[in-house]
Amino acid sequence: MGLLSDPNRRQALSRVVTQLNTPLCIISYLVGTMWFLGLAFQPFTLRSYISENSMGSTMVEEQFVSGERGLSYAREFAAHKKSAGGSPVAWLERTMRGLGLEVYSQSFVRTLPFPDETTERFMVKGTNVYGILRAPRAASTESLVLSVPCSEGQNNNQAVGLLLALASYFRGQIYWAKDIIFLVNEHDLIGMEAWLEGYHDVNVTEIKSSVMLGRAGAIQAAVSLEMSSDVITSFDLVVEGLNGQLPNLDLVNLFYAFCQKNTLLCTIQGKLQRTDFDTFPGYLHSLQTMLIMMLKQGSGRPQGDHGLFLRYHIEAITLRGINSFRQYKYDMNTVGKTLEGMFRKLNNLSERLHQSYFFYLLPCLSRFVSIGIYMPAIGFFILILILRSLDLWIKLRRSDGTAEDGVMDTEQDPRPGILSLATPIVICHATGLSLYYLPVMSQEMATDHFPVSESEAVVLTAIAIYVAGLALPHNTHRVLSGAGSDQGWMTLKLISLLYLAVLLGCISLINFSLGFLLAVTIVPVAAIVQPTGPRALYALLLVLITPATTLLGSIFLYRELIEYPVSLLECWQLFLQAIAGGMLDHYLYGSLLFPFIAFFVYPCWLQLWNVVFWK
Amino acid sequence: MAGAVLVAAALWASVWAGQCAEPPGSDVFREELLLTPLRSGDIAATFQFRTRLDADLRKEKVSHYRIFPKVLGQLISKYSIQELHLSFTQGFWRTKAWGPPLLQAPTGAELWVWFQDSVTDVNKSWKELSNILSGIFCASLNFIDSTNTVTPTASFKPLGVANITDHHLLRYATLPREIVCTENLTPWKKLLPCGSKAGLASLLRAERLYHSSYHSQSVHIRPICQNADCSSVSWELRQALTVVFDMYSSGQGKRDWSIFKMFSRTVTESCPLASQSKIYVDVSGSGKEVDLFELNPPTSLERQVVVHGDRRVYAEYDLSQQGTFSTSRNLNVALKWKGRTAESAGQPQSPLFHAERYVSGYGLQSGVINTMVFNNHPYRAYPVMLLETVPWYLRLYVHTLTITTRGKENKPSYIHYEPAKDRQRPHLLEMLIQLPPNSITKISIQFERALLKWTEYPPDPNHGFYISPSVLSVLIPSVINQKTDELEESTLFSTLFPSSDGSSYFMRLYTEPLLVNLPTPDFSMPYNVICLTCTVVAVGYGSFYNLLTRTFQVEDRKGGGLAKTIANLIRRLRGVPPL
Repeated sequence: MGLLSDPNRRQALSRVVTQLNTPLCIISYLVGTMWFLGLAFQPFTLRSYISENSMGSTMVEEQFVSGERGLSYAREFAAHKKSAGGSPVAWLERTMRGLGLEVYSQSFVRTLPFPDETTERFMVKGTNVYGILRAPRAASTESLVLSVPCSEGQNNNQAVGLLLALASYFRGQIYWAKDIIFLVNEHDLIGMEAWLEGYHDVNVTEIKSSVMLGRAGAIQAAVSLEMSSDVITSFDLVVEGLNGQLPNLDLVNLFYAFCQKNTLLCTIQGKLQRTDFDTFPGYLHSLQTMLIMMLKQGSGRPQGDHGLFLRYHIEAITLRGINSFRQYKYDMNTVGKTLEGMFRKLNNLSERLHQSYFFYLLPCLSRFVSIGIYMPAIGFFILILILRSLDLWIKLRRSDGTAEDGVMDTEQDPRPGILSLATPIVICHATGLSLYYLPVMSQEMATDHFPVSESEAVVLTAIAIYVAGLALPHNTHRVLSGAGSDQGWMTLKLISLLYLAVLLGCISLINFSLGFLLAVTIVPVAAIVQPTGPRALYALLLVLITPATTLLGSIFLYRELIEYPVSLLECWQLFLQAIAGGMLDHYLYGSLLFPFIAFFVYPCWLQLWNVVFWK
Repeated sequence: MAGAVLVAAALWASVWAGQCAEPPGSDVFREELLLTPLRSGDIAATFQFRTRLDADLRKEKVSHYRIFPKVLGQLISKYSIQELHLSFTQGFWRTKAWGPPLLQAPTGAELWVWFQDSVTDVNKSWKELSNILSGIFCASLNFIDSTNTVTPTASFKPLGVANITDHHLLRYATLPREIVCTENLTPWKKLLPCGSKAGLASLLRAERLYHSSYHSQSVHIRPICQNADCSSVSWELRQALTVVFDMYSSGQGKRDWSIFKMFSRTVTESCPLASQSKIYVDVSGSGKEVDLFELNPPTSLERQVVVHGDRRVYAEYDLSQQGTFSTSRNLNVALKWKGRTAESAGQPQSPLFHAERYVSGYGLQSGVINTMVFNNHPYRAYPVMLLETVPWYLRLYVHTLTITTRGKENKPSYIHYEPAKDRQRPHLLEMLIQLPPNSITKISIQFERALLKWTEYPPDPNHGFYISPSVLSVLIPSVINQKTDELEESTLFSTLFPSSDGSSYFMRLYTEPLLVNLPTPDFSMPYNVICLTCTVVAVGYGSFYNLLTRTFQVEDRKGGGLAKTIANLIRRLRGVPPL
């Protein structure tokens, strides 16, 4: 304040901001990028540790030995699934009841807003079966969930078998203080969403399901298991949930601790931890792992069945059994013991998992980057926006001041009217609204007039509206008089930059990865665009960093990172699928990415487009 | 209101008639054990010890206690207690799987007391009483205070000889979080005349009792009639203990059981002070299919009683007869299933009446408490009295109370609601709801979670906060007609609640307690807040101080005016340099 109250110093400061603006911005961008790249560097990350005292050690003597029984259950389940042509509800109910569980089932129906082409489903009907093991020591106030999706084909049969074997073993133990729910959910995520909504008696999406009768209090934690082979070589841990939510780090650590105890190989993002983390290839490896995690998290899509639990404040992870070509295989007993150990530790919890981090990035399983360390990276990017807007602000004030004095140039542009600023902003947002509503609403009309399927119609309409938005500024400017001033575009850019800064700041708190991906692309271009100079170049740059192109680039990068590269044409196909998938995620599970892009990011980007074509 | 009166009438219209063979004037002790195989394959053991004091503690000063515990007798006289009911329970009676309980108790601790109308300050007596009981039973009953005590108007009625109807003399409280263990069992056993030395109480070994699915111990004290015309009053102490053994986990799937297997010892003798000492085994069901199981040692005594509207057959072992014991002077009642095993049990049939409760919604701002009440009676509708006690930190929105049966709104015929006062008293909601036959009634009410003061959080705030179970008192029409005169002898089966006539029976059920998370601050926050505030204050103060103490000089372009001359004049007078 002392600095600001002194006019001389204030002038000096504003001189620094305006004259050194570009170098400051460049430095800030570089520092932000370097900071981010440094996150995966091993000495800068923290070693993970279990914060929750009640799960402190892995001192549990696991006694699960009925792996063989699990496999025989799995074979039986596979046979019944084949004959039933879906989830063998009656068999599951009978078997679970025979194990001494309280068995319930829940049927659900969900009509998708438009058909899903990748999984070929439009109207989904299914039944979730779950058995509750009542804890002798408590009054059903708390519970844990072990869930297995009943997938199509031969997938996950072994996981169901293991679930039943574990249920049978757990039933004979007396130490349970929390009820345990064994859930077999049909149709993967849709079934899980139906079950969770039924359990919590809410209707977030438009799913219809039968009244749920059996409940077991507040769910404290959940583990979702996927396994499709009799033996496994490693376990892959999946953490990314809906809207980029992550489970408490303690749950991840718990799994990691038990993997180490049972000398089980465990991976994250399909990448095994390297021991040579201090070398350059080791660093690249952890950077790759972290980038994959960020791309998955940024997509806002639940990467496993666990992802939907997080909305209900239930910590959950998905474990995926992998059977690759490694030499050493682990049988069902080891897998069962790992799960037993985890459940017994979770059973000890006296409070919900809350001690450890909820916001983190994992360059490998044993190390993590906490929110306090990664936030400065995006902070530097937002700083660029603030520096640029300060610069614009000072310039605007300066021209204001000279205009008021009336001494200097009288041909200075008049101040832009509210109408000339409000019109482009309103039009941009209206385009955003139509991007959100029109594709799904107009699918019927599109299929009537064009030879396309519904889902193609939706995706193509979305792309058409997106592209049509680019044509808008030319049209609006002709109508409005007195809009084409320097002050006009500066004010519009100032508003856009501040708007972008707020957007990025908010989203990076909720979903850092999404915020970072958007910031690293949009911010530099947003900082430089203006209607003077090489406008064609600016326009090209703007097109290159539009959220849609970012999505395309992200898909490409993702396939490169998981070492499964695609050609440009395939990438385009994936891009179209991703758009349809993103919209379906929104309608089916309440993912926020699609409305966020349509309502906020895209209009903001259109405003910048307006700036470039300001006349 | 009419319904409330109906329930009330059913409860105390039939005054308990303690028919007994012994001459009045001498205290009596009886012990009973009832073994019931449950539908799910588990087995429930219900102990009941009754001690009768043939003196009126209300009128005379009793100084000589024979077998009635003196500590309780003095308590009754000192605090002028009319009736006292206390229970400690671990686990939850699963009505759906186990069938209706003989006597259910809510999870944790429950205490309800009727005071005599001579008591002037009921709250004070209640507070002192709960503290004393806390000491007697080594329990945290001292946590009973005004924030969890309510005065129900219609749900609880005196069960003994009483002429009071003023519900202001009643206090009711539950502590759902109370954990029950040996330290509560030991003082409870000490109230018995034989302790755990002899008789049925010798079976009560803590390590076996707590190795079970359900454990509930209770103490009921009430005045009863000493003789048929009720000219004099005795005091009855009823100590009941129910335990459910999980035959599945301990028996490796076999349903065979024996006393030794359950309690890891056998009965060797009856309590010498007991005038009656009996073991009953529920053998109903064997009537339809002959010889399903075999009872060993066999007994010739059988008794048919109607319990909860169902005709049951009980095999009886009289411990006062020497012939009951084997040659090695012990009795180990064992039941062996023949042929079919637990596999054939199938889905247990649902009981005529049960209820469940859950919290719905997500997030930490609001939620809904839902209670589902099931009437599985094929053709009779009956009313249920529902009592909800909700702590103050859940702010109930009463206007959102909805009761729906089969999709239609169900209007309660009686509602009594007392709103909560922050940090003083809980919400109390009592309703009389008519349940149509074969229906599910859903009662839901929204609430908002309050933000507590940071010192009000318990040490484990993220565990959640308990809401005590709701109490459902119901008069269920029985499917078969029962004859009342059979009940007089079989005191255990009729339990505490007298039945008004043969056509219906009274039952009180409790739902499960709920665990609700409240918005919990990060408790390292005060430190952060202090750091942040200090920084802000330092920066803010520094700048403001700077601004306030700095002398600003306006560059004078035009040479001032009248105002400036005046200002300078004043400044000169004050002795400060002119502008």
